[in-house]
Parts: sequence; structure tokens; C-alpha cells
Amino acid sequence: MTDATLAAAPSAESLFRRNLRDFRRNRLAMASVAVILIFVLMAVAAPLIAPQDPNETDLFRRLQPPGWAEGGDWAFPLGCDALGRDILSRIIYGARISIFIGAAVIFLATGVGILAGLAAGYFRGWVDVVISRVVDILLGFPYLIFAIGLMAMMGPGLLNIVLALAYKEWVIPCRVVRGETLAVRELEYVEAARALGAGPRHIMWREILPNILSPVIVVSTIRMAHVIILEASLSFLGLGVQPPTASWGSMVSDGRAFILEAWWVSTFPGLAILLLVLAINVASQALRDAFDPRFSE
Amino acid sequence: MTVLLEVTSLRTEFATRAGLVRAVDGVSLQVRRGECLGVVGESGSGKSVTFTSVMGLVRSPGKVAAGTIFFDGRDLCQLSSEEMRAIRGRDIAMTMQDALTALNPALTVGEQMAEVMVAHDETLPAGRAARRSAIRERSVEMLGLVGIPSPETRLRQYPHEFSGGMRQRIMIAIALTCRPKLLIADEPTTALDVTIQAQVLELITDIRARLGMAVVLITHDLGVVAEHCDRVMVMYAGQVVEEGPTAAVIERPRHPYTRGLLASIPRPALRGQRIEPIMGQVPDLVGLPPQCRFHSRCPMARPECLVAVPMLPAGPGRQARCLRLEDLA
Amino acid sequence: MSLLEVTDLSKHYAGRPSLGDRLSGKRRTLVRAVNGVSLAVERGEILGLIGESGCGKSTLGRAILRLHEPTDGRVVFDGTDVTALPAPELKAMRRRMQIIFQDPYASLNPRRTVAEIVGLPLALHGLASREEARAVTARVLERVGLRAAQLDRYPHQFSGGQRQRIGIARALVSNPEFIVCDEPVSALDVSIQAQIIALLLELKRDLGLTYLFISHDISVIGYLSDRVAVMYLGEIVETGPVAAVLDNPRHPYTQSLLSAVPEIGTKRARGRVRLQGDLPSPLNPPPGCKFHTRCPLAVAACRTLAPETRTVGPGHSAACHRLDEGLSLLEGAR
Repeated sequence: MTDATLAAAPSAESLFRRNLRDFRRNRLAMASVAVILIFVLMAVAAPLIAPQDPNETDLFRRLQPPGWAEGGDWAFPLGCDALGRDILSRIIYGARISIFIGAAVIFLATGVGILAGLAAGYFRGWVDVVISRVVDILLGFPYLIFAIGLMAMMGPGLLNIVLALAYKEWVIPCRVVRGETLAVRELEYVEAARALGAGPRHIMWREILPNILSPVIVVSTIRMAHVIILEASLSFLGLGVQPPTASWGSMVSDGRAFILEAWWVSTFPGLAILLLVLAINVASQALRDAFDPRFSE
Repeated sequence: MTVLLEVTSLRTEFATRAGLVRAVDGVSLQVRRGECLGVVGESGSGKSVTFTSVMGLVRSPGKVAAGTIFFDGRDLCQLSSEEMRAIRGRDIAMTMQDALTALNPALTVGEQMAEVMVAHDETLPAGRAARRSAIRERSVEMLGLVGIPSPETRLRQYPHEFSGGMRQRIMIAIALTCRPKLLIADEPTTALDVTIQAQVLELITDIRARLGMAVVLITHDLGVVAEHCDRVMVMYAGQVVEEGPTAAVIERPRHPYTRGLLASIPRPALRGQRIEPIMGQVPDLVGLPPQCRFHSRCPMARPECLVAVPMLPAGPGRQARCLRLEDLA
Repeated sequence: MSLLEVTDLSKHYAGRPSLGDRLSGKRRTLVRAVNGVSLAVERGEILGLIGESGCGKSTLGRAILRLHEPTDGRVVFDGTDVTALPAPELKAMRRRMQIIFQDPYASLNPRRTVAEIVGLPLALHGLASREEARAVTARVLERVGLRAAQLDRYPHQFSGGQRQRIGIARALVSNPEFIVCDEPVSALDVSIQAQIIALLLELKRDLGLTYLFISHDISVIGYLSDRVAVMYLGEIVETGPVAAVLDNPRHPYTQSLLSAVPEIGTKRARGRVRLQGDLPSPLNPPPGCKFHTRCPLAVAACRTLAPETRTVGPGHSAACHRLDEGLSLLEGAR
């Protein structure tokens, strides 16, 4: 009888590894990952790579053009802003804010979303009704307006930005988790675990969660790009990180008044936002193709 | 009886991640006018792919790599996709195992039947009103033929409003609208309950006699073949391993696989006796060496079986792919 | 005393009323998936439960194990009323009552290794330490025809038949006495099906197991059961020793079921009974005898009055109004 078992062992790797290999084969995705890594590295090692102190003002360098332009100085490669601060250094430091807030919000929101979604999908009944209604209500508000209102109430500050964005962001993973949980909880292997005497904790964490994690990770990555834009928007409106701390959103805002005579003040931080968000989006798209079986052929 | 369909050395390949899979490897077969051929095999035997190849419906990454398919005197492999489309549905029709997914959920049954007629039937009258009433008349007739009560109202209903057995009947009705010369029924009863299964099979047998068409019944159930087919063809791992008149093959199989298959069907009559399962499982179709494909599971295998075995004559109208078929006589 | 005794077990599902129903003030619809079923399984026997899809046989199996909470009725296992057990005792009882599922793909968690899947009951019930668990799991795996070397593989690396063996190993690892086999071979190819049936019979003999074997396949049920129960629309219409039910079926539904099975070799000995129509919806079951809409023998009484279950032979009973008249569909059709 053991003969039956000798044949056919398709590949000695887990589903996860196979998906990861698919992802690695996607060149565009790998390029995006490289861009993201560069930004992360920039954020972490900001004091080491920034050529200047990002907050040092010098009115003699006010609106100094980029290094290659006439009147530029290569010590300040991307030029200076209205207070004579080095734009490149501020972009490098600004990456810290964008990435920290993006990651913190997504981390918090995904955690809360998984808990709420699992509970709603697994227990159903009134738990589901309460959680789903809260989700519906939160989805009814326009995101930015909601965040602006919260920021106005709580006042500025890094932690407050994270909270203001996470307040609403968790509904996205929550809905994904709830839907997936509803589907997976009906599968026979969940029933098998129950038949073996497993309780809800084991079933939710060990049987259901590992099987729904892929779509959650994919969605969270996509949303991270969104959160970075929202943070920039809040900062642009003056409700985000307070001066003089460098943030891409407030830098774009600062340059607004001089957009005609000093285009570089707004443009470079804007490009930074664009590049990071684009890279995250491309990477998450590839992640989805590789990990979410519904999108693979 | 003259030959309606003749397939010679058909090879259909699928390029997969693991390598080239020869799902159908050198299959030759004949279907005569008006007869019922049963095609038996387990999953992965290539029984369905053989006939999707005949229909020209093999999907990428699969393709027909070699062989000829003569239907009613024409080589289907030489036809343009346009010409092939004209033959499908009109001369050869195929019904699928899962009627729910094979029918379009957004169209009524009547609309789906009309589609086939409009595409294929040149005898329809030219005037719009006349055309419509002709289509309607014919649809009602077909639904009546497959035993669907009150066909006039049923025509206006959607597939989900029918039960599983009814949907299978509707698919058969659609397949029959243009009175094909050959009906290929792919596992028509697998998804159905026994009592309904019996109804559908009797329907097919009955209509075959009335319309004089040939039927290919693809199934994994030897019992179904025993009751409904004139001839049977047993497939294993992409090849035909035995073929011949049903009664003779079932009574005295000449290939150890057929014999094993028959012996492994549990039957009330065998109570208390051990059934003898075929050991092991179907080999991986990637990179199969040119040798008897059953030898690893065969209780009669010998060293000389490690060669490519051709189909050998095994009695009147019979062939089997086994070097030891004489020992099984 | 029987190992398992089921008395008047029911499982009803509340259907969701449609918007139209709600507006017109209609009551909730009720699906009576299992309706007042009584049966007993003796220690060491195989009771075959047969019926067509939608007849409630799987629901019955799950209600017995309380995987679906029964609406009404009692399940007594080895003297203990399972239906009344509080959660902790129920968990302990799960060691003794197990289930094997139909779908070898859906019933194994794709993200867990074979060792984790099969060893789960040991961990849940604290039956073995980590190292012991691995050894026990390996032993059970070899018992069902797999190899210990495959412990750390994932389900997708196995074929359908092998996966079904993993599911059997999981059910066996806690040393149960009773196993509900829910169509364990229906999804498998003929040759693999025979392997699994042989394995299940061998395990039963060697380990002294008791099975409730659920299937739609009369050949399989007839081959391996000691006794048979026939189910139609949530109710048991006939039960008895396998020989009695198969050779001398008394309920017209059993008779038609038997005559519909295609046979090999022997030319059909019995005539064929052609049943009219399809299985009625359990949402809206017919009144009286539920089979009357398809029964060629139905008379006026069948349309209004539900027949009682009566004894027709030693251990053999059926629920039909026309039992006494000695009618048989099979006779008529011959």
C-alpha cells in the first residue's frame, strides 16, 4: 500500500513559498520593492545621509535654485525653500514622517480590523450586526473630512495623526477579514477542527486566520499608499505634523506661494510622494497577483 | 454501419509549469453511425480531453499536437475555425457534466435554444415573424422530446429555476436542436442522483434510437456503460488500453486495468469478500518513459513489459494494449 | 444496549424570508432538514445511511455529533446523553466520536502540515507531549498507508486518495469508538475508492470501530453495511439488515432506488421503476407521506396522513400505508 504514496509529490514547498517565488519573478515588482527599500533606508539613516541640517534656516539662501541651475550650489542639490532650508535634507527627513505614519496607521488598523472582522465573521449574530453597522457608518463619512474633523478636535501631533487616520482605516481590513471568514468558516476543515474538539480561539487563530492572511496583507499594502497621501493632505492643510518638522505634505504647501518663481520647492517633495506611492501600488498589485488565487490564472 | 468519426493517433499536449503533459497520447478510435460508444476512465485518463480535441475546444495552454480527426469524410484538423464553428452544434454536439455552469444564467432557456438555431439552421424561414414562430415551435418540440412538462412556459424561464436533472435535460435539448449526427455526452449523470440518473440515461438511449444519431458517453461508471453502450473503450493515462463490444469486454476483460477496475467496484453480491483494489495511483503524465503505463500497478507485470506496447488484436472486434492478453483470455 | 441511540432527532433551519414575504407578513420559512429521525447503531456494526442529495443524511450525521446543534430529540452515546452535554464534557466526548468528510480537498487546512493536521486532536485534548505526538502521528499515518517521512508536507502535495487517508488518520488519532463516515469515497476515482473502502473495513476490524456510513451509492452501502437505513426528505423510510432491505425492499422509494442502479454483467434481473419528477424542496415538503408526489402506488390516504413506521420482518421496518397489501413496484415492472 505504501507504493501508493511513493509517487506524486508535486513540489516540496509550501503554498506561501510558491507564491513568494511568483512574486520574485515579477521584475517591475522587484524594482518597486527596491524603491520602497531606498525610501525606508533614507528614513532610518536620515541623520547620516542628509547633507544639511533640515531645520537650519539661512535667509541668504532663500529660494536658492537646484545645484544644476543658474545660481545653484551643489551643497544644496535640490535647492532651498523660502527660509533657506535644504530641500533634499528635508525630503530625506520627511520620509521618516510619511513612512512612520503610513506603517503605524496600517499596523494599527490591520490589527483592529482583523480582530473585529474575525469576531464578526465567526460569531455572526449580534456581534456581526454591531460591528457591521459601525463599519457602515464610518464608511458613510468622506475620509479626509472625517480626519480633518478629528484633527481639529484632538489638536496636532504625530500620535493624533496616526489615531485620526486609523479611526477609519480599520474598517477596510475589517470588511475583508469578515468576508473571508464567513467563507472559510463553512469549509470542512473548520468543521473537522470543531469535530475534534477545538474551541473558537483555536479555530479563529489557527484554522481561519492563516488562510485569509494573504488578501489582508495585499489590501493593507494597497491602503498604505492611500494613507501616505492622506497624511500628506493633512500636512498640506496645516493639520498634520507641525513646523518646523519636515513633512512632504507641508513642504508642497510651503512652496505653493512661489510655484512660479521657485518651482523646485513644491515639485521635489511632490515627486517624492508620487514615487513612493507609485512603488507601493505596483508592489501591492504584484503581491495580489502572486498571493491572491482569485487573480492568478 | 459506416464510420462517422475516425480519430487516428491523436496527441493533445498541455504545456504546464511542471513540463509537457501528454493528456492524450496516440489515441485512435472509431464511432459508427447510430452506435453508442462508452468511454471509461478515471480522472486524468484523457477521456474528456480526447473529445474536447475532437470538438476543437482544447483551451490554451493545451493544443492538438498530432493526429487526424475525420468526421463524416472531412478532416476536422484541416478546417478553419470558421468552418469548425459551423460543424460544432450542428453536426457534433457536446453536453457538459455541470449543467449549471454550462448554461448561461442570464438568458432564458428559450433564448439559448434560439441562439443555436439562428447560428446553424439555414432552413429557417426568412420572414421575421415566420422565423420566430418556427424557432419557438422547434424549441417546444425539443423540450417535449427530453420530457420537460409544459414546455411553453418553461421556455421563458432561466436555468436556475430548474432542478439539476432538468438542467441536464435542457442541455441535451439544446444539443439536439439541430439534430446532430453525433452527441458527445461528458459525464451526463455524474452530478445527478441515482433515480434522476436513470431517467436521463434512458432519455439519451431513447432519443438515439429515434433520431438515429451516434452517441459517445464519457463516464467513470462501468455500470452505466454496461447498460447503455454497444461498444466500450477504456482509457488509462492518456491512452486507450482496451476496446471492444461492451458485453465481451465486461465479461472477459483482456487488459489487467479493465479487470482491476471491474474487480474494484463494490457490489452487494461481494459482501464479506475482500474487494481487490488496484494498488497505487495513476502515474504523473510528465515525462513518462515509453513503456506500458500500467506496469507499476499491474499484478501481472513482467520485465518485458517495460517497452512501448501497441494495441493488439484480442478477439473479434477487440483490441487491448497488453503483452499478456493471451494469459487473460 | 446500543452504542448510539438517536431518538426523534430533528434539525430545522430558519430560511431567510425574502423582502416580498416580509412585506406581505408571511412567516419565516422552515427547512426541515432532519425530521424526527430515530435509529440505533450497535457496537461494532456498520449502519449504512442511504439517500439522495438534499435528503438530510449529512445533516443527520452532523447533528448526531452536535456539529450542527439539533433542534429537537436526543442522541445517547454509550449511555451518555450527548445532546445535554455542556461544552467541556462535549469536548471530551469528541475524542470518542469522530467524522470523516467527503471532500478530501476542503477538509484539510491548506496552510498546515500533515503533522499539525493529524496531531491536532492530541494537542487539543492534551493526550501526548510534543515529541510523543509526533511519534503517535507517524504511527497512525503508517497505519493508513502513508509514510512517516511525509509528516512535514502540506496537503496540496498529496493526491485525492492520499488526502482522504490523511483525513482518516486525523479521525483515528484520538482512538475513537464511533466514526461518522460522510460520503468518504464519493469524490474518489473507482480504483482509489476501492482502496479506501478496503482500508476502512480493515481499520474497523482491527480497531473494533463502529461506523455510521453515509452514502448515496447503493453498491457501496450494500457491500459494506451490516444494516441499512434509507432516508427521504429528512425522514427514515426503511431500516433493516442489509440482506433484507436489498433483497426484499418494502418501501416503494427503496424499491425504486434499487432498480435505478445500473448493473454490471448480469442482465437486469429486476424490472426498472421509473420515478416521476424530482425530489420536492425541503422548504415546502408535501403533506402526508412525503414520497407520495413521486410514488406510483400513492392513494388518497398518502396525500394527507403521514404513515407510521411498522415492523415488517426481524429488525426490518418501513413507513408506508400500503405495506400490508404486499405490493411491489419491482413485481409490477418485471
